[in-house]
Amino acid sequence: MTHSTGSKAEQYNYDIVKKFAIMALFWGLAGMTAGTYIASELAWPFLNFDIAQITFGRLRPLHTSGVIFGFGGNALFATSFYIVQRTCHVRLWGGKLLPELTFWGWNIAIALGGIGYVMGITQAREYAEPEWYVDILITLVWVIYFLIYTMTLVKRKVQHIYVANWFFMSFILATALLHIFNNLAVPVSFTGTKSYSLFAGAQDAMTQWWYGHNAVGFFLTAAFLGMMYYFVPKQAGRPVYSYRLSIVHFWALSFMYMWVGTHHLHWTAIPDWTSSLAAAFSILLLMPSWGGMINGIMTLSGAWDKLRSDPIMMFLITSLSFYGMSTFEGPMMALKSVNALSHYTDWTVGHVHSGALGWVAMVSFGSFYHMIPKVWNTTLYSVTLVYVHFFLATIGILLYITALWVSGIGQGLMLRAFDEYGNLKYTFIDTVLFMHGPLVARAIAGMFFVTGLLVMIYNITKTISQANKPVKSNATAQA
Amino acid sequence: MKHESIETNAALLIILTLVAISIGGLVEIVPLHYIEGTVEQVKNEKGHDAVRPYTPLEQLGRDIYTREGCYNCHSQMIRPFRDEAIRYGHYSLAAESQYDHPFQWGSKRTGPDLARVGGKYASSWHVKHLIKPISVMKGSIMPNYPWLAEDKLDISDVQAKMETLKQVGVPYSLSKEEFAKNEKQFGPDVAKLLDINRAETNLHAQAKSGNFDGDPSILSEMDALVAYLQILGTMVDFKKHDEADFIEFR
Repeated sequence: MTHSTGSKAEQYNYDIVKKFAIMALFWGLAGMTAGTYIASELAWPFLNFDIAQITFGRLRPLHTSGVIFGFGGNALFATSFYIVQRTCHVRLWGGKLLPELTFWGWNIAIALGGIGYVMGITQAREYAEPEWYVDILITLVWVIYFLIYTMTLVKRKVQHIYVANWFFMSFILATALLHIFNNLAVPVSFTGTKSYSLFAGAQDAMTQWWYGHNAVGFFLTAAFLGMMYYFVPKQAGRPVYSYRLSIVHFWALSFMYMWVGTHHLHWTAIPDWTSSLAAAFSILLLMPSWGGMINGIMTLSGAWDKLRSDPIMMFLITSLSFYGMSTFEGPMMALKSVNALSHYTDWTVGHVHSGALGWVAMVSFGSFYHMIPKVWNTTLYSVTLVYVHFFLATIGILLYITALWVSGIGQGLMLRAFDEYGNLKYTFIDTVLFMHGPLVARAIAGMFFVTGLLVMIYNITKTISQANKPVKSNATAQA
Repeated sequence: MKHESIETNAALLIILTLVAISIGGLVEIVPLHYIEGTVEQVKNEKGHDAVRPYTPLEQLGRDIYTREGCYNCHSQMIRPFRDEAIRYGHYSLAAESQYDHPFQWGSKRTGPDLARVGGKYASSWHVKHLIKPISVMKGSIMPNYPWLAEDKLDISDVQAKMETLKQVGVPYSLSKEEFAKNEKQFGPDVAKLLDINRAETNLHAQAKSGNFDGDPSILSEMDALVAYLQILGTMVDFKKHDEADFIEFR
């Protein structure tokens, strides 16, 4: 690569960004379709069809891995590689090979993991289901990712490391730490798939939920805040609202998140002090979380009219609103008394989705609508379809979380209800029957969301194909 | 120190971030491996450990439980609430899952908690229920698992599995010394069940005497899974304990 005489496409490695972006949409569709399917299995159990491979228990990890690591992971690789180059004014380190390795390694790992789940190969740890051989692959990919990211930062041509990169770095480091310690296991045989976790019982539970909640905290929050810190100011055409707030909220968030995992273990056989600590930190965490939300939303001050005229801005600001909403709901559910009701119910599932759909997916959609025309050097095929997508997605999310509030709080209240003689008022199956209605509504909500994604994929496909047309004859036939 | 020095130095940013994210885990996780009482010592009337590792058959059943992803809908952790006590039984102790690699406390009850499902139903009920849940529980939304009764249990690697579990800390025995230690800790009868050298013999014997799937002609996956379900939560006899024995650990 010769010096900066080339166009932007040569100055920056956009090829890798494009690949990750496309795979994000692919896994997004696969993972969300799987999610809608398993939601339908709960509403209409005949959909299990007595086929082992598609029973709820085996498909659910496919859904969670597909959306978290497939959609979310690829979206983060795409945007972080885009952002680090644009904010450091330097081409991605590692030549062609290393970024390419992260792309293939990551996507092969997800595919291998997914194939395993339907065959019954799983560590049976939530959000860390892939067996040891996939975990090793993920570790290798992650080391390369860290090297690429760090070296690109080191080689930067601007003095300051932009705030988005702090968040991405924090995400890369924390994910490495969590992934390694939560997946410590001994394989039964190096030619087989099965392994047993190094820790057992209470210690294992502690490690798993330290991991589990920080998969949310760093994978699904810190990293997406990095995305937010670049694309919201870009799309708004204004600087970040408060520099000071971004510093405070970065360090507070990085420090506090790691403490809160045990709120998934309230009232269990874990020592009380750990869960009390987690509850306290969960409440504290409200502050950096809202700091981030305020910093993002207020970036729009002076340009509020964009909320009417720019559907991409609608995605981004709505995502921040859901972020604020779910980071308020989360600490509330981390209170032991609330958790006594909410734990084990659909309320938790609804809460996760208000974060995952409302925040993670919406901020990714908004960022993609901004970024994809940029890396393909074109304009969006249809802005109207972005509006259509926005409303389908928003209706889907609202229906989803409302349905699961009904289902979750309803079940929680029924399970603890006593009759006038002090007997339990309802059997467990009574609650299952009660939940049928909300679960049907939830499945329909999922269909809304997937339909919205299909609209996006159509729009993006058209955008890319119109970008490729006029330059077909030229040297842009890069792989 | 001005924050600018962090923003302009990638190495410093990385190191300080690492420090910030490491503390929480260190404070909450590491002590659990050292503080005595994190896992209670529960003895039975003979002075032996009440909670024992799973027998070969039960462990293979547990592997089927994890394979099918049962934890996605069933918890194994009863909380100390009145309704849960009536519905499921005594709240769970850390000791009861001390040999669970991995733990299966779960996070969601789409179906009921299973921490004390052992002995609650007849094995024949479990078989019917697993093959077709609505045949015994009208309104159930659990999938059918008919293949469990038809598929032969794979016992080829049972010893390798036990040896692996031994490596991660489960007191199965291989040598004479280990066996003797288990005799002291669990009593002579249980010690035999934990002997890796006798794994296959023990497995067949338990399947035969338990006849968990109701079909003696085949050693099925159903045999193993039901054997596992039937032991869940039964090792500690709470009638023989005072509540004060456990309350200090909560």
